[in-house]
Formats: sequence, structure tokens, C-alpha cells
Amino acid sequence: MKDELFQLWVYLSATPLAGLTATLVAYQIGTAIYRRSGGSPVANPVLIAVVLLSLLLWSTGTPYRVYFEGAQFVHFLLGPATVALAVPLYRHFATIRKSAFAIAVSILAGSVTAIVTAVGTAWLLGASERTMLSLAPKSVTTPVAMGIAELIGGLPSLTAALVILTGILGAILATWTLDAAGIRDWRARGLGVGTAAHGIGTARAFQVNELAGAFSSLAMGLNALATAILVPLLIRLLW
Amino acid sequence: MLPAFTILLVCQALGEAIVRLAGLPVPGPVLGMLLLFAWLARKGEVPEPLARTSAGLLEHLSLLFVPAGTGVVLYLDLIASEWTAIVAALVVSTLATILVTAFVMSRLGSR
Repeated sequence: MKDELFQLWVYLSATPLAGLTATLVAYQIGTAIYRRSGGSPVANPVLIAVVLLSLLLWSTGTPYRVYFEGAQFVHFLLGPATVALAVPLYRHFATIRKSAFAIAVSILAGSVTAIVTAVGTAWLLGASERTMLSLAPKSVTTPVAMGIAELIGGLPSLTAALVILTGILGAILATWTLDAAGIRDWRARGLGVGTAAHGIGTARAFQVNELAGAFSSLAMGLNALATAILVPLLIRLLW
Repeated sequence: MLPAFTILLVCQALGEAIVRLAGLPVPGPVLGMLLLFAWLARKGEVPEPLARTSAGLLEHLSLLFVPAGTGVVLYLDLIASEWTAIVAALVVSTLATILVTAFVMSRLGSR
């Protein structure tokens, strides 16, 4: 019996099936907890799924690389999903066009804030130069952030992890922060979370309100562009 | 669903191709999003199958970040060595960015 179980384990760990199934099951558990909590931002489904999967990998001694062989099928869908953001953007384009100037100024202000406060706080607390440079592009979507980190001498892999943490943090903090500040405009709320917390923040925005989701997608796209231009400029000024 | 998914992949592929050929500083899928947007604007409406497929994908957008999110475990050592500075920088910066962006928009964008 024990031998058969071992055979089964060998089979499962050799196919992408296990990683893919584990990802979906962990996410379902995360979603169920999120619903049970009445949509509380603290019960973020991404965070719950990531913690569960990390515990699973750690307890079974499975390398991330092996897990990713299965999970890559889910990961791949990020590309088409990003393209699909054009649909809500198009639907709300009339609203976007009406306040194009305000949107551009807000995102620019947010982009500079994201870079300066991240590097500034790390500098005040005595972080190493490598950490500061890796933090600078942390508010934008992973491929852009990694490209910027590499360009300015940060550590792209550290940046990738910081981007994900920022996204989860933004998704958790946004509702509470914006309520406390008394900002109820869904357009402003969407821009805030999209600029600070890229796709993970945008996913949260779509769960709360469709208009906020559309504005968050817009902010995510424009902030990627703004940050790619601003980080190298600001770093040259600061160093 | 399949034709709609094909449209999404074609836009992404075109986006990746243009980004690589022109050496642009944006990811291929983001340019793909702009291409799809231009196509929708030209068409003047969202075809029903595309509306359904994109709604389905975006409904589970959170799920798509789970594999990359789990990759954070690989870099826990790097983060652990300077974790106070990193955690403080992330919290302060995320809060400040959300507030500044939303505040400027709510002031400038009021109708």
C-alpha cells in the first residue's frame, strides 16, 4: 500500500496536473474565505492562496520550479487577461475622455509619490543601495518593474517579489484608506489603487465596482509608462 | 468563446512583436490592450462573445497572480535580511500613492 502511494506520488509530481490542481484548489479556498468574511479586503484570495501553496511546497519539499510547470498554464492567462482589460476601458471611455487631464495629472502625481516615498523610507531606515533601487519601480506590473530594476542596477528577482507584495498590500489597504480619507468617487478610488498596486489592486477594484476596475486598469497601464520614464530620471537626480 | 480568445491572443502576439521590434519600454500585453482598444473603437461596439470571454477572464483576475505570488517564497531570504526597511517602505509608499492619486483626482476631476 505504502509502495503504491509512493508510485502515485511519483506520477503526480512528474505531471503538470498537481501544480495546476493545487493552484485552483488553493484559490477556491481563498475565495470561499473571502466570501465568508463578507468581502473583507484582509481576506485577500491571492494572499490566502499564496500562503497555502507556500506551506504545501515547503511541507512536501517541492521546488518552486516543479510547481510552476503546472501553474504556468494559469500564469499564461495573465497576458490575454491584460489584453481583455481593453473591454471595460472601451465601455467607460466617454467617462475617461471627459476627465483626461485630471487623470493624467493624478497618475503622474501618484507615480512620483510611489517612487520617492518607497526609496525615501528605505533610505531613512538604512537600507542597502541594491534594496532601494529594487524598490523604486515596485508599483508597476512585474515585467516592466523587472526591466526598470535591471536598467538602474537593482535586483530584478527581488523587484518581482516586491511587486507582488505591493499588489497584495494595496488590495488589502485601499478600501480602508480611501474610506478613512472620505474619497467616494469610484473613478478616483480606481486610479489610486491601480497606480499603487497594478494588476492585483485592479483585480480587487473589479471585485468592488466595475467603474473603479476600469479606472484602475487605465492607471495600471499609464503608470507602467510613467514609471519606466520617471525612475531612471529620478534616480539620476538622487544619486 | 474560441473566436474571442483568438482575438485576445492575436492582439497579445502583435503587441509582443511590436514591442520587441521597436524596443518599447512597455510589456507586449499592455500594447495588445491598446490594439484591442483601437479595434473596438473602430468597430464602435463590443461583440457579445468577446464581452463574455473578457468578463470571464477578469472575474478571476486574482487567480492569475497566484503562481507568480507563490514565487515570492524563493526570495524570502533576500527580503528577510532587510525586512524592516522593506516592509516600512512598502506600507508607507502604498498608502501615500493610493491617497495622493485619489485625492488629486477627486479635486481635479469633479464635474
